[in-house]
Amino acid sequence: MGIPRFSILATTEEAAPAKRAEDKVSDTFFQKLKGFSSDDLFEFLATSIGSLVLVILIVTSVVLTRGSLAVFGKFGFGFLTGTDWNTSLGSESYGALPYILGTLVTAGIAISVGILISLGIAIFLSEMAPSFLRSPLSQVIELLAAVPSVIYGFWGLFVFRFWVRDYLETPLSTYLGWIPAFHGTATGYDILTAGLVLSIMIIPTVSSVSKETMMAVPSSQREAAYSIGATRWEVVKLGVLRYGRSGIFGAAILGLGRAVGETMAVTMVIGGTPGPYVLPTSLLKGGVTLSSLIATEFGDATGLHLSALFGLGIVLFLFALVINIFARLMVWRVFKVTGGIVE
Amino acid sequence: MDKELKAENTKPILISRPVEPLKIQTDKLNAWFGNNHVLKDVSLRIKENHVTAIIGPSGCGKSTLIRCMNRMHELVPQAKVSGAVLLDDANVYAKGVDPVSVRRKIGMVFQKPNPFPTMSVYDNVAAGLKLNGERDHARLDRAVKRSLDLAFLWEEVKHELDKSGSSLSGGQQQRLCIARALAVEPEVLLMDEPCSALDPIATAKIEELITNLKDQYTVVIVTHNMQQAARVSDYTAFLYLGQLIEYGETTNLFENPTEELTERYLTGKFG
Repeated sequence: MGIPRFSILATTEEAAPAKRAEDKVSDTFFQKLKGFSSDDLFEFLATSIGSLVLVILIVTSVVLTRGSLAVFGKFGFGFLTGTDWNTSLGSESYGALPYILGTLVTAGIAISVGILISLGIAIFLSEMAPSFLRSPLSQVIELLAAVPSVIYGFWGLFVFRFWVRDYLETPLSTYLGWIPAFHGTATGYDILTAGLVLSIMIIPTVSSVSKETMMAVPSSQREAAYSIGATRWEVVKLGVLRYGRSGIFGAAILGLGRAVGETMAVTMVIGGTPGPYVLPTSLLKGGVTLSSLIATEFGDATGLHLSALFGLGIVLFLFALVINIFARLMVWRVFKVTGGIVE
Repeated sequence: MDKELKAENTKPILISRPVEPLKIQTDKLNAWFGNNHVLKDVSLRIKENHVTAIIGPSGCGKSTLIRCMNRMHELVPQAKVSGAVLLDDANVYAKGVDPVSVRRKIGMVFQKPNPFPTMSVYDNVAAGLKLNGERDHARLDRAVKRSLDLAFLWEEVKHELDKSGSSLSGGQQQRLCIARALAVEPEVLLMDEPCSALDPIATAKIEELITNLKDQYTVVIVTHNMQQAARVSDYTAFLYLGQLIEYGETTNLFENPTEELTERYLTGKFG
């Protein structure tokens, strides 16, 4: 084989240029440092702050993974499917299933109710509202997003809970109590209330993103529908909703992402204590979500208990990550279609 | 003239009617965008089963005129209309007339092809019929074929009716829009510069189909292309600054315009 011979030759020959190249690099580096303009400084700052986002994401996943190693090491996959939650030292046992399901069910209620209201708002704002109303109303709705979640929680606990109990849950349990989902006593301190509070909280996100999507639908689509004799609703259905459907879907998923992660308000109204009993078999039952459990127990958790909470955190993190990436992709698709119809 | 009268006499029902019945008449039609007065007292009589072209320099109100005919103009915020548009002697602006029913009788094709991109070719054509509540598959199939035939598109797409409407070429998309408009069987087809976004070959195809359509439909076409007006239309109206300057048979108007303004426009002195 000729390779060793060549490589021996090469090392001596290549070492020199390599060294020179190194010199050059340091040369230009110092030159650059001397001629550092404010523009370069700005670019450097912006780039590093921008990449900070990635760093935070990576650090978060590393910390969550490291924190949850113990619990996954002990229970393995069983941590995700177990229902026990025993924190007493010696007989510790952790299973996340009731909270995973609790999160999914409350978020599911939130999105199915929230999307209807939000679509109504978005259609009104983009298609019906006179222009002098459009922008102030949009502002007001987006302002809802600025209301702190603890305020929603208080309102849910002291006002909304009783409305839900008296006007929704009492009839539901009286007349539809034979359906497992509506089994139980109406307390207003349960999964249904939490889901409904969440549905209100996601309205700003869902309605403003769907409004933007609808307004991005070219007016030629509406004219097309009008010209074949569509009524106003049919124009919305045929020209606007169909065209913007993936964006609207994305808006809903974005709302879902918010509902999955929302903590404070849910914790205040959902009213369950961790354990196998809070498996969400009925909407009229107290529940616990991933985030509400972390929030209530994180303060005084140690050892394996703490690791279990980290485990919940990593599940929540993955949920939110996947949902948001998916939603962005959907929204992005609509804005891409917009330009390319004729071509 | 004599010949035509004799022919009329053999059909007793038509005796009382004029030789060439009018399909659309505008009467002192005025239109505004906000304070901008874009149409001024336009009175135009459009004959049935003929192609009428509306020409004039940009911004003269050509598009607005036809958009007033099927009540599309009023969809623009702050748009206003006064005067009357008669479709078969009935004012489409009369109180209690539903604009939706007007638009089902007077179809429209736009400057830029605007098929529904999320729908298949078939569904694009069938969209209007489905709005009318037609669910019968055999009837829908027939209507789709008939409309695509009339739009000279059937042969090109008959094997890809499931493809997305936006996957067709620009010219095909425009013919798809024509088929979509024809599927609801309107009485009048309004075309707002239908070829302005198309290449010469696609344009030629559309001009050919327009000539073909007048047996069954009344066609009103807005165009900024004078040669196109001369090629496809039987009657031509010349609009300038929102006013109807001259209206007559296309050959007459192009060869012996009576107004100086028309002549100057036709000879390219302005516009």
